[in-house]
Amino acid sequence: MSALAAVHTPYTVPVVMMQALQVTLLVLVAAGATAVVLIRDRVRQVLALSVYGVLLALLFLAFQAPDVTLSELTVGAVVLPAVLLITLAKVRKSEE
Amino acid sequence: MTPRQCRWVFLVAGAGLVAFYLWGLTALPGFGHYPGPYGPAVLRIAVEQTKATGVVSAVNFDYRGFDTVGEEFILFTAAAGVSVVLRKLREERERSAVDEAADRDVPPTSTAVRTVALLFTGPVVVLGWWLASHAQANPSGGFQGGVVLATAFVLVYLAGEFLVFQRFSPVTLTDAVEAVGAGGFAAVGLVAVLLGLPYLKDYLPLGQMAGAVSSSGTIALISFFVGLEVAAAFILITGELLEQTLLIRRPA
Amino acid sequence: MSVFPFVVVAWILFVGLYGVVTSRHLVHQIVCLIVVQSSTYVLLLGVGYVTGAVAPYFYDVPVHTPAVDPIVQALALTDVVVEAAVTALLLSFAVQAHKRFGTLDPHELVSLKG
Repeated sequence: MSALAAVHTPYTVPVVMMQALQVTLLVLVAAGATAVVLIRDRVRQVLALSVYGVLLALLFLAFQAPDVTLSELTVGAVVLPAVLLITLAKVRKSEE
Repeated sequence: MTPRQCRWVFLVAGAGLVAFYLWGLTALPGFGHYPGPYGPAVLRIAVEQTKATGVVSAVNFDYRGFDTVGEEFILFTAAAGVSVVLRKLREERERSAVDEAADRDVPPTSTAVRTVALLFTGPVVVLGWWLASHAQANPSGGFQGGVVLATAFVLVYLAGEFLVFQRFSPVTLTDAVEAVGAGGFAAVGLVAVLLGLPYLKDYLPLGQMAGAVSSSGTIALISFFVGLEVAAAFILITGELLEQTLLIRRPA
Repeated sequence: MSVFPFVVVAWILFVGLYGVVTSRHLVHQIVCLIVVQSSTYVLLLGVGYVTGAVAPYFYDVPVHTPAVDPIVQALALTDVVVEAAVTALLLSFAVQAHKRFGTLDPHELVSLKG
């Protein structure tokens, strides 16, 4: 079996298409990580982290890992930004 | 050391780290050519041995169950740590959650947020329970189901106010549910020891058909307990942070 | 393609560490730590991937179809959830540090006494 032959189930796509998707998502994830680090405004950084979490979840889906996608989607897009925003609200309230 | 010097030292050290990492990359088998042997060995025997079609959950709760107990207790300890660190200090006062200036002019939560949050709370709870109890068949499992369940409570806070959130998830009840979840997982393993088997070995009768809800023995049971524990831990963490932000004050 | 995902992992790690080292606010530092953690998830899943294989769930796919490695997926999945809780613990430390020292600048926090 050649290295680039895909298994045949009702759901698989050609290998080249999957590789193109993976490369695109990897580039987007690298750009997203750079954006999260370079944004200095606190609230905007939390929103960028939320988008980064969704991009990571899509990358994990392209890596054939639906379980990790589910975890990363809920944690990275909902729980972490919520907890971060509450902390920022507390810190800013104490600054006033 | 000034920030500029910090930056230069980091760039030098970081360049060295990346150079060593890229040197090590040349010896890797390359992306997509995973050589095994642990992965393919587990894939070959997992479905017949555990009667679970979700091999990742079978690995998590059966083959590597001991690691998962450790991870779950890390989660438990982190939630307990948040409760301890965010306690009321001696010089602070805790207000009650009732709004004292109810007639002040505050912009109400937008109707769109309230409608969407209310509409989705029910389906999110159902989805969370489904995920937590179907670990053996589909891409589900205790960890994902628990976090989705906790998200439902965050939606309740978004649609309402903190008082509603507190009423839905009082701290004593959440603590008790979390303890039941963590202790239940450890207890399922201990029952195996009492039966003369190694800790966390699968001792419930396996079903006939792979992937049915009642098949796969203790995997479904453990996944349910893990779902309870993870949901309660995240609700506790969010509740503690909200209480610290909204209620605890230093007297002027 | 055979080495590109690992190069992306190195980039994310480097960028996240740069953010941690040059940060002026503790919450910004914690977000950069989250980015560093995410690089390890990508690395784990990249190591276990098999070209042209399916996800390791055999509910509707014949049992001996070639699938990707399930062990690293199990590791990454518990990892994601547990490290969110540990990040919440770090944030609670930041809240109490702010109460005690009045500032969240890491360079100033080091030099103040209790």
